[in-house]
Amino acid sequence: MPEIRNMTLNFGPQHPAAHGVLRLVLEMDGEVIERADPHIGLLHRGTEKLAESKPFNQSIGYMDRLDYVSMMCNEHAYVMAIERLLGVTPPVRAQYIRVMFDEITRVLNHLMWLGAHGLDIGAMTVFLYCFREREDLMDCYEAVSGTRMHATYYRPGGVYRDLPDRMPQYLTSKWRTEKEAGRLNEGRQGSMLDFIENFADRFPACVDEYETLLTDNRIWKQRTVDIGIVTPERALALGFTGPMLRGSGVEWDLRKKQPYEVYADLDFDIPVGVNGDCYDRYLVRVEEMRQSARLLKQCAQWLRQNPGPVILDDHKLTPPTRGEMKGDMESLIHHFKLFTEGYCVPAGEVYAAVEHPKGEFGIYLVSDGANKPYRLKARAPGFAHLSAMNEMVQGHMLADVVAVIGTMDVVFGEIDR
Amino acid sequence: MTELLHQQLALYMPEMAATIAIMLLKIVVILLPLMGCVAYLTLLERKVIGYMQVRLGPNRVTFFGIPFLGGFGQPIADAFKLLMKEIIIPDGANKFLFLLAPIVALAPALAAWAVVPFGSEMVLTNINAGLLYILALTSLGVYGIIIAGWASNSKYAFLGAMRSAAQIVSYEIAMGFALVGVLVAAGSLNLGDIVQAQRGNLLTWFWIPLFPLFLIYFISGVAETNRAPFDVSEGESEIVAGFHVEYAGMGFALFFLAEYANMILISGLTSVMFFGGWMSPLPESMTHVPVIGTLLGDGIHWFVFKIFLFLFLFLWFRATFPRYRYDQIMRLGWKVFLPITIVWIVVVATLVVLKVPPWFATPTLAGAGA
Repeated sequence: MPEIRNMTLNFGPQHPAAHGVLRLVLEMDGEVIERADPHIGLLHRGTEKLAESKPFNQSIGYMDRLDYVSMMCNEHAYVMAIERLLGVTPPVRAQYIRVMFDEITRVLNHLMWLGAHGLDIGAMTVFLYCFREREDLMDCYEAVSGTRMHATYYRPGGVYRDLPDRMPQYLTSKWRTEKEAGRLNEGRQGSMLDFIENFADRFPACVDEYETLLTDNRIWKQRTVDIGIVTPERALALGFTGPMLRGSGVEWDLRKKQPYEVYADLDFDIPVGVNGDCYDRYLVRVEEMRQSARLLKQCAQWLRQNPGPVILDDHKLTPPTRGEMKGDMESLIHHFKLFTEGYCVPAGEVYAAVEHPKGEFGIYLVSDGANKPYRLKARAPGFAHLSAMNEMVQGHMLADVVAVIGTMDVVFGEIDR
Repeated sequence: MTELLHQQLALYMPEMAATIAIMLLKIVVILLPLMGCVAYLTLLERKVIGYMQVRLGPNRVTFFGIPFLGGFGQPIADAFKLLMKEIIIPDGANKFLFLLAPIVALAPALAAWAVVPFGSEMVLTNINAGLLYILALTSLGVYGIIIAGWASNSKYAFLGAMRSAAQIVSYEIAMGFALVGVLVAAGSLNLGDIVQAQRGNLLTWFWIPLFPLFLIYFISGVAETNRAPFDVSEGESEIVAGFHVEYAGMGFALFFLAEYANMILISGLTSVMFFGGWMSPLPESMTHVPVIGTLLGDGIHWFVFKIFLFLFLFLWFRATFPRYRYDQIMRLGWKVFLPITIVWIVVVATLVVLKVPPWFATPTLAGAGA
């Protein structure tokens, strides 16, 4: 009788559920997974090494490209690390703007995750519903920074510029009549803060809409309940952070446990799961979106009442205005020095972490006193989560592997760096 | 009408040839509109799901440049593209089986239409074992999938084939039992007679006494056509495209045609067996309404209307549900559907014996014989 051997399946790197370039080598007994071996490195771009050869400010753009669905949160950790080394604190208004955009980013990321997770499990309508709301948040990115994704908006000492007074408008075209454009522009008549507040008001109803499709759906529950269970102890031991850890019932959120910026002044709750399965992690993330909407509203209200500077006035660190530069010799020198040489950061090392939508995203920075980092190390939450792949899918079926990949919310930009 | 044509043809050719010519003509008359429906069902699907997903669906390829028919050229463009594409046969594939599989998948989906009655006299072959013929042919389609998965020499395709085989053993039995219920209720295996047994109006159709069987038959039908939420053998996000992952061009298009032809077939059979086929849902007296009276009476248009109603359900399911895991489908088939059908067959048999009006009061064909 011939020997029965396990089948090895190469899942990815080109696979619709691979979330980019995950290569998963699966050893399967029929459809049951015996061993899952994630291979990484297909999106390695050497971000950490590149940062060593550039003035500090010029690497902010690289941070956007780490986790490319939660761009500003990556920037946040990086500029926070620099600020801590420099010993500067940005103006309060800048801190509120950062918190607001961190939360916008969280919603952006969770919408992307929800859509992709739904699509992995076969519910394709959620994906398009999510992208409808995502579009509005992308517009906010565009309004402040000029780009929809890689914003480069945060700077050491604050943010690049204040919030705009008006939102971009839809124009009429061959495919969009005046009436349609008018309908699309309805919420965009006021300032950006009006737009965000309006979004925060209507967003919970949108979340309800996603939930009607999934939360009580029997098929969705059959596919996610008791799949990929991680006990709280194992979750801590595996280095889980963010919703992956909270889904297992560990109440840990950097926004509460070591508040940075103005999170301590804001009112929000931290949802935690009970069983640590895919369904609980789904519920945790959905609730986080609702909490983010609450935070957005609070930030928008505060920002409307408190105008002020959004970046430090120290021109050794931040560029002077265009007007000053044209008329003032010293400002011109500052501008020139800043954009060619940058600024020097005192020698030392620092670790700054933010509660990124996926977990704890940290930047470990070593400076030798030069104008560029001596060493930069990014702590990507997805890396730790992906490492648990084998443990989470063992004994499950092939269809559950995609559910687990979906629930991990992996993005290869940050894992491969 | 066919007899008249037959006489005319017999003047020019031998008797046998005339019969064959008439037969071929009938087949063409059934298949051409069917293929047209399949092509435009893909457009309907993309449009309906598009609107459900707050987007527009295809709207650029116009039909002979008529502006308000945006998107109507899409199926033709798609078919043309697929025809022009190279058929790639992967290394290590069993060439014969690889090419045979799409044909095996498509042929039963078309052949089953031979016994489907479109009207009281409109049927290609009026055979008495129609229901058995349908059961046999609809089960054959899955062999196309299994052969395709095996012959492709690809692990993904192989997994798709395995899932398909596992799936079919679980719902086919429940589906068969659901049809037994119809057989008991109608007392005949002839599809035309099954429709006649439901004569009356909306309330005398079999969907009321056989309601659980109707649900189970339709859900099994969705599973048999490999449509969401039972599209595990295709499993876009798990096994990429499953059994047809290695197919390109026309080979792929044939699987596609088979899937959509099967959808129409299942919708047609559901309306024949549970919703009175070509019968009008309105009472007989409505046919006396002037001008539109004939439209309100029985006719093929009601059959088409019912088919579209069920097709819409297929599309609706696809836009709404996540995908089952294949062991969950098996559990559903064995532990839920099978017991329900067996219990309900007993219930139906009791109803028939007790001659419960309005469905079983008049003696059925079998009842008349007994």
